[in-house]
Amino acid sequence: MTRITIDPITRIEGHLRIDCEVNNGKVTNAWSSGQMWRGIEIILKDRDPRDAWIYAQRICGVCTTVHAIVSVRAIENALNLEVPLNAQYIRNMIVAAHGIHDHIVHFYQLAALDWVDIVSALSGSPEGASKLGGTLSDYRRNGVQEIRQVQEKLKAFVGTGQLGVFASGYWGHPAMKLPPDVNLLAATHYLQALEYQRIANRIVAILGSKTPHIQNLAVGGVANPINPDSQSTLTLERLFAIKAEIDKLGEFINQAMVPDVAAVGALYADWTQYGAGITDYLSVPDLPLDTKGTRFELPGGFIAKGDLSTFKPITSYQDAFFRDGVKESVKHAWYQYKGGDGARHPYEGQTHPHHTDFQDNGKYSWVKAPTFYDKRVQVGPLANVLGMVAAGHEPTKRHLNRVLDIASTVAGSKIPVEALHSTIGRIAARAVRCAVLLESLQNQWQLLIDNIAKGDFDTFNRPVFPKGEIRGFGYHEAPRGVLSHWAVIENGKIKNYQAVVPSTWNAGPRDDNDAPGPYEASLFDNPVANAELPLEVLRTVHSFDPCLACAIHLVDAKKRPIVQVKAL
Amino acid sequence: MRVVVLGLGNILLRDEGVGVRVVEALAERYVLPPEVEVVDGGTAGMELLNVIASCDHLLICDAVKEDAPPGTVIKLVDAEIPAFFQTRYSPHQLGLADVLATLTLTDEAPGSVTLIGVVPLDMELGIELSPEVGAVVGKAMEDVAAVLRGLGCGLGLRSPMGVGCAE
Repeated sequence: MTRITIDPITRIEGHLRIDCEVNNGKVTNAWSSGQMWRGIEIILKDRDPRDAWIYAQRICGVCTTVHAIVSVRAIENALNLEVPLNAQYIRNMIVAAHGIHDHIVHFYQLAALDWVDIVSALSGSPEGASKLGGTLSDYRRNGVQEIRQVQEKLKAFVGTGQLGVFASGYWGHPAMKLPPDVNLLAATHYLQALEYQRIANRIVAILGSKTPHIQNLAVGGVANPINPDSQSTLTLERLFAIKAEIDKLGEFINQAMVPDVAAVGALYADWTQYGAGITDYLSVPDLPLDTKGTRFELPGGFIAKGDLSTFKPITSYQDAFFRDGVKESVKHAWYQYKGGDGARHPYEGQTHPHHTDFQDNGKYSWVKAPTFYDKRVQVGPLANVLGMVAAGHEPTKRHLNRVLDIASTVAGSKIPVEALHSTIGRIAARAVRCAVLLESLQNQWQLLIDNIAKGDFDTFNRPVFPKGEIRGFGYHEAPRGVLSHWAVIENGKIKNYQAVVPSTWNAGPRDDNDAPGPYEASLFDNPVANAELPLEVLRTVHSFDPCLACAIHLVDAKKRPIVQVKAL
Repeated sequence: MRVVVLGLGNILLRDEGVGVRVVEALAERYVLPPEVEVVDGGTAGMELLNVIASCDHLLICDAVKEDAPPGTVIKLVDAEIPAFFQTRYSPHQLGLADVLATLTLTDEAPGSVTLIGVVPLDMELGIELSPEVGAVVGKAMEDVAAVLRGLGCGLGLRSPMGVGCAE
């Protein structure tokens, strides 16, 4: 038996540690451990609920926007405060553009390098890669000349010996199986993706006033005054500039990203057999279409055992099925609950740290283990796409069918929807969701324009806090899945605040029943050819797009290696 | 000329956020010319691509791990910097190292990079800096201002009434 410790598996310092036991080339046990304590709850205590989002967006370096949005939703929910339509549409556009940005970055800049061999791309043929691209779509930027230029750029870059952004890839690993031409086409799109994710980010910046920390939110709406004529506000000129950016994004997502994901997935079809893990899925509806949050552009809900016929929708911001189902267990997490250690609802949640050493059968993570009606659920784009398909959402079904059709053609055999319950399925679902979000972004843009044309310029309803205690929750289908904030407010001050974040649902340790979480469960039976180079483990963990809160990134002046793989 | 002054760090972890506090202090004390853009980068990674792309000079303020007493302010330039941000294990660790490496790939790397670093004391949960580190924010800010002046940027002092006047 070999034990592999990968610490940390995400960026820079001390966030996610994965331990695996490997027997005969397969993972036989796994532990997912968050290595950073997250205590936003303590910082928010006694603060003004109207300011909570400003602190909440600092929880995470990648997901600033999503925490800001869900925080204002939680406070509005506590107040039963309606949000003007314009504000909903503007927030929805920010949510959609942010999601698109995140999904493009995940596939090309993060996950793809687990599957695409950049060094192999150097020996690909630009003519071959261009021809291959032509069989997948009509994408304008698959020309021989552009591909050759990218290859020459990469050759020069690798030739300097400074691999830079490609420095830690597993180039030449036996699990890398794509032919050089495919690697070259994907590498070309990798570089183009850098342009397109910036376009998506620019839309967030225009609407949110700034990135990475948007400035335009308020409990009760947004701080974007709308005036069709004024220069300093959200003008029609700015809105039409956004429309042009959306159209550029559409070309890349539909003609490059979706075919790439489908083709790469088909060429790694064996990975549809690994990584299913937990197949109870939870997603929430998003992009509200009314002021109260009772109608949504994108549906969400719960699916049991991967069976779409069991779908139970979550239907409003007051939804009791969602509200009453969530608990967090600390049996295996480095916290104590005063007054009994059993799993607690977030309104009754506590954040009392209780650190021990890493105990395989005891406490081993700073991440709590959330449960939905006392069971583990997987969240994220796969849960979201399956939920939307189960709800009959036409755009999702259309984009999913397109991915499966392309993949089936490349594989030469029919790839069914069931293939999605896997490592590669999580990546495919993210591309489907990206294409769906793009349509939503277009729709929300049109809804905003139409509403302004009616003469409605409202963007804000003033919140008023009553005496006594009120409670509220807000949810959001974030790029990594279900995010919820839970606030207890007393006399206008925050009394308790808990954030149950997507990576908590997925990366959490074992729960009160010692049941493994989604990361852990997905690693069981994963192949590992070489325990020193555990690329296969990274593939499955990265398919969740791991991102643990509080990205601390202290610079190390002594260049001390602060990351390591230990094969024990 | 375009100059970006980028504050990095997590302000919820006391001194870890000192870089953000330094750039906030800079914007509060000085009226900056239009070619200087002050950005609170927090702990963002790839979202900073747009901000940094094709600037002539990048000034980074951040907490640094050094064998020096807390509150020590250090300055590093160009070639010394990449190694600082380079330790990484997988393609999933996107931070400033990756942003800079990516901009090299797209031929949009900054013309020069300067790091003003502060050695932290306390990185526990909290939004206030430790007294030791809080006491040197002014010095770090003046170091940034000196770099800006060296680049030819004219800085005006902000009066208490919020109106700029010549330094």
